[in-house]
Amino acid sequence: MTLSKQVALVSMGYSGFSTVTPQLSFKEMMFEAANMAYAQVGIDPRAEVDSFICCEEDLLEGISITDEYMPDQLGGAQRALCTISQDGLNGVVQGYMQITSGIADLVVVESHVKFSNVLSKRDVHSLAMDPYLERPFLDDGIPLAALEMRRYMHENGVSEESVAEVVVKNKRNGLKNPRSSYSARLTLDEVMRSEELWSPLRRSYVAQPADACVVAVLASYAKARSITDYPIWIEGVGWFSESSWIGLRDFSRALYAEGASKMAYKMAKIDNPSKAFDFVEIDDSIAFKELQHLEALGIYPQGKAAEATLKGETKEDGSMPVNPSGGSLSLGNLAETTGLARLLEAFETLKKKDYSKALVQSWRGIPTSTATVVVLGV
Amino acid sequence: MTLFRHRMLETGKEMAFEAARMALDSAGLERKDVDAVVLGSAPDAFDGFHMKGEQLLDGAGGFRKPYTRVFVGGGTGVFVPIAAWWHVASGLADIVLAVGEEKMSPLQPHPQYAFWTIFDQFLERPLGVTLLWIFALEMRRYMHVYNVSEEDIALVAVKNKANALDHPAAQLPARITVEDVLKSEPICAPVKRLDVSPTSDGAAAVVLASEELARKLTDTPVWITGVGWNVDTTYWTNRDLCYPEYLEKAARMAYKMAHITNPRKEIDFAEVYDPFDYKELHHMEGLLLAGKGEAPKLTREGVTQRDGDLPINPSGGLLGVGNPIAAAGVMKVAEVFWQLRGEAGKRQVKKPVNRGLAQAWGDLMQVGTVVIMER
Repeated sequence: MTLSKQVALVSMGYSGFSTVTPQLSFKEMMFEAANMAYAQVGIDPRAEVDSFICCEEDLLEGISITDEYMPDQLGGAQRALCTISQDGLNGVVQGYMQITSGIADLVVVESHVKFSNVLSKRDVHSLAMDPYLERPFLDDGIPLAALEMRRYMHENGVSEESVAEVVVKNKRNGLKNPRSSYSARLTLDEVMRSEELWSPLRRSYVAQPADACVVAVLASYAKARSITDYPIWIEGVGWFSESSWIGLRDFSRALYAEGASKMAYKMAKIDNPSKAFDFVEIDDSIAFKELQHLEALGIYPQGKAAEATLKGETKEDGSMPVNPSGGSLSLGNLAETTGLARLLEAFETLKKKDYSKALVQSWRGIPTSTATVVVLGV
Repeated sequence: MTLFRHRMLETGKEMAFEAARMALDSAGLERKDVDAVVLGSAPDAFDGFHMKGEQLLDGAGGFRKPYTRVFVGGGTGVFVPIAAWWHVASGLADIVLAVGEEKMSPLQPHPQYAFWTIFDQFLERPLGVTLLWIFALEMRRYMHVYNVSEEDIALVAVKNKANALDHPAAQLPARITVEDVLKSEPICAPVKRLDVSPTSDGAAAVVLASEELARKLTDTPVWITGVGWNVDTTYWTNRDLCYPEYLEKAARMAYKMAHITNPRKEIDFAEVYDPFDYKELHHMEGLLLAGKGEAPKLTREGVTQRDGDLPINPSGGLLGVGNPIAAAGVMKVAEVFWQLRGEAGKRQVKKPVNRGLAQAWGDLMQVGTVVIMER
């Protein structure tokens, strides 16, 4: 067994992926997603799963200590279950470590969001910032995103057209994706005529909220071989945070994604990320972030992602498909479920197409500087 | 660890920094030596932050590092070293800084208000239920099933508050009598003021290292030989509250890993979670350190005193040292570390010790987290 085949992603399930889900409580969404994931590989969570990891944040749930409400619908009552207050992709990393440390053979990772239940999104986002120095000036974080976009464009000579082109591409990619809530066929002009939230940020550049739950099942080598013929191997993982102080960050680049990818590439023995992947599913929850992240991840040199996007290289049929699923701009902003939602897209694409390697990256969104990266191989 | 106090002037970040700095200093390390940071902190509602982990990352030493916050309610403190353990045991990190931080005081007029929102919004919240109410139910059930008296339970508060007199960071150390406990202000029958730990601010941190590095860093490393955790069903009304089954399962997971078959004989001392005095007894039984209903007898006979055969909470526990939730659990792990190294000073237990246990508990009487440490 090689290092790259220690842990496999063996199945994934999902529920929701809609702007509103009045027919399902969050518990029912979790139950549906978990059942779908368990059924694919025929496992009994009450007997076979060694550890359950849930990823969500209290304030978006409207419950303090949300951990309390996780076990039953996953089949995790009276079993090892915990919450990781992070993006779901980080939950995958924690599951990876539990398996490689020998404490678990089968791990379930879950994340859900029901944005349609959150009536005070602005307030919640505002509460994520420092109460004295940041909150009074940065509202719900949109002004911060605008500042960062401006700086990124200025430092790297990036045009607004290339940012808008990301929106055109991703919203179009999503048209083929049944989980997409916000896909559309738009022209560059239509995207750029969208209302300006805070210059230069327009409404069309920001992913809009949606509801979803995603469940992933991870297995050790032996367990994976015994329950599925089609494991997807986790070849590298990395996670990294820059600073919670906004003023300490370098806005021209996404240092957090750089740090996370370096760790994952080292593990996956990837020397040249620009040639390593058949496609990438990366964070695009604010359109310019796709460009910034592509550079941070080493897929394109600093300042070159915009040009590549305008040339069409990042389209689904281009030389470097970026977010063929439609990304967050199509699927919606899924808060802590974003990473797992993109893992699901990469998992399905790797199974369907003749691809061998993919990169998945998440970012926890405004105002954080925290990223997780996972390298998948067939 | 920092002082545990009702209201610290330091911010959460500053407290996390102080604890992290002390832990690194005691290991002779700098932040650059740390491969990853794990933070634990309980509800965001205490400080009114969304994504509290992100807020605390600079203070906890996570600046430009792989950094994660873990969260299992009150069980978080002991869970932080468990998560740090798998970072090291997986081979992904050699040195991990594990920090527990809690700042309950910003919530006015009382931190209990944050606990209103832990209950089911349809079935329980409309009742205006608080944590004290449900723990009073659990205490009552435990007393009823095993015929335990309030006097027996009060002995725990007397012992722990006295033990805390020797703890330099303690918030509520005191020399009290059983009568003091029984006569203290009723909060929610049968829970009285002196049965309960205080609300606190504070932080505590520990450093975990791989075997190879640990041997280089110190001549007296303390090994983590067992970890276990377990979460029971959300529906606490459907359980018999007299016995914590989830804790037994968490303990068995840790015992199996540490090759322990007879915990009563093989565990030399324990830091069990004692936010209420009856919880120490309840948890001793769940941890299989006492038979069902037997813990009050061991307490009465002095077995759980510092000079007893099975010292429990030699630190002074949450009742004496204080209860900044996630920090309190890390404090317990730190106490086991100091005891095993013979560095606990006046708190040092009398008998020689080779193996200790730290445990925490949380959620809706639902989570058990257990760490076993050996010299």
